[in-house]
Amino acid sequence: MSAPVIEAENLIKRYGDVIALRGVSFAVSEGEVFGLLGPNGAGKTSTVEILEGLRTADAGRVSVCGLDPQHSGPEFKYAIGAALQSTALPDKMRVREALELFASFYPRRRDTEELLKRFGLEDKRNAFYSHLSGGQKQRLALALALVNEPRVVFLDEPTAGLDPQVRREIYDIIEELKKEKKTILLTTHYIEEAERLCDRVAIVDHGNVIALGTPRELKERSGGVTRITVRLAKPETNGALSMLEGVSECRTEVDDYLLYSTRVPRTIVALVKHLEEQDNELVSLEISAPTLEDIFLELTGRRLRD
Amino acid sequence: MRHTWTLTVSRMRLAMRNRAFLFFSLIVPIAFLFIYAGIFGRGIRQVVPYFLAEVLALTVMGTFWGLSVQLVMFREQGILRRFRVTPVGPGAMLASSIVSNYVLTLPIIVIEFFLARWIFHMSGLGNLLGIFVLVTAGTLCFASLGLIIASVTNSMQETQIINQVIWFLFLFLSGASIPLPLLPGFVQRFADYLPASYLVGGMLRSMIDNAGPTSLGVYLASMLGSAVIAFLVAAQLFRWDPETKAPRRAKLWAASAVIPFLLLGVWESAHGDMRRHALADYNSILKLAGAELPER
Repeated sequence: MSAPVIEAENLIKRYGDVIALRGVSFAVSEGEVFGLLGPNGAGKTSTVEILEGLRTADAGRVSVCGLDPQHSGPEFKYAIGAALQSTALPDKMRVREALELFASFYPRRRDTEELLKRFGLEDKRNAFYSHLSGGQKQRLALALALVNEPRVVFLDEPTAGLDPQVRREIYDIIEELKKEKKTILLTTHYIEEAERLCDRVAIVDHGNVIALGTPRELKERSGGVTRITVRLAKPETNGALSMLEGVSECRTEVDDYLLYSTRVPRTIVALVKHLEEQDNELVSLEISAPTLEDIFLELTGRRLRD
Repeated sequence: MRHTWTLTVSRMRLAMRNRAFLFFSLIVPIAFLFIYAGIFGRGIRQVVPYFLAEVLALTVMGTFWGLSVQLVMFREQGILRRFRVTPVGPGAMLASSIVSNYVLTLPIIVIEFFLARWIFHMSGLGNLLGIFVLVTAGTLCFASLGLIIASVTNSMQETQIINQVIWFLFLFLSGASIPLPLLPGFVQRFADYLPASYLVGGMLRSMIDNAGPTSLGVYLASMLGSAVIAFLVAAQLFRWDPETKAPRRAKLWAASAVIPFLLLGVWESAHGDMRRHALADYNSILKLAGAELPER
């Protein structure tokens, strides 16, 4: 593995009495897409903003491309590109003008036309910022993050609040950046985003990194627990299902029962038997490998978007 | 420097698209010219230079509002934060406010001269170099004073209120709207400490007595001195984030920008002739207008 491009070591950040970060540490290698996954208020944005130089940590050390964000000159700004959690631009600024203005700040810059094309903003080049849709604004924010051909790109919640189709468009853009070997740090509270885009993920909760690894490693770490989603003809009590062989935990989600099992075949046999005894019927059954959501649940006892 | 220029161009574009900005920067001063020269001056062409001087001063003073309020709005809306992750520094951001204000003010000054000449038939042009230097120093000074208010206020609302209060002092107590000799003595003495009084006074000297830059030295030095202090303090106090509040001591620092005018005011009170000039100007307007007025 090459030397880390982003390093965060024991970051602590307080806002008055609230402790936002309680010793966050991780390192990101060149060309890696690294995700900070966690619920709102977990400390993801504070971490990213410290790395971007927008905030200072109360304690700890950060380095981006070997530079200290707080005490480096323009070379730090030249090296990074950022789409903030909420990028705002003046209402009466046109799309093309925004790209040209931001590009003018850097010695190395991408062609405006190429960016417009790549981000699907060609038709909107002369539109005022206030006339753009949420998705278009977000695409412009991503384009602005790339005007200077940065080595490191910070994307803070790049798809928050966007509808699924626009979200998928943004995923495609990020996947392209991944192919270009850009080092990307993204924060998200969408599991599928982290699973689909990230090489490695740090799960953050209450200002701590509670798990770190590739999505696969994290899932394996869950002790080989598999999720069995079942729908029954008649309601069951959780207690009974969690007593079934191999089941470590049982949860209800709307009409479904989620059984977390370490021994799937035995659990299924026990389930069918139990249902027969109870004169109940199986409507549907789905076996799935654990997702990061399950890992988060297992680690914190809460769902990501509780 | 390069950042300042590209930001300046961008902010000028935004200002030109802002109807409120155009109204207050262009329409209002021109309306004042028509009211002063057309109504108060009764179309008497010899009094037009007096009124034009006041309108020019008003236009330059208007840069106090100018783009500093835009900067507060940018901060409040989180726009400045985005610029913070670029190589743009506070200096470039502040300088772009002043330069765009200046570039946008020059054509308005020209339009006002044009209207005074062609509509109100003003005969002379005053000392154009003197006026140019006053417009330049005045814009630097008043735009910087606006920036310093922006640097210590925490919201648009607060900025608007403080700006209004200061603006009314500038507008009504400097001789720009109400002639100084009509104001009570203590108000006239207070006017000695107002930056706006020196701008109005300087403009009147340039328009009426053809005063050039050398004879306006003290006025220009105070405006430039104040501009430099205001700019440096505003750069020190510059905030990118809406959440970062201005510390209390910042307001003390901000107040230091008026030091040149306090010193000038003390000197003016003891040795100056601004009030004497104001009285003479006022009397000569009355005389000029009176000569044309019918007997009652």
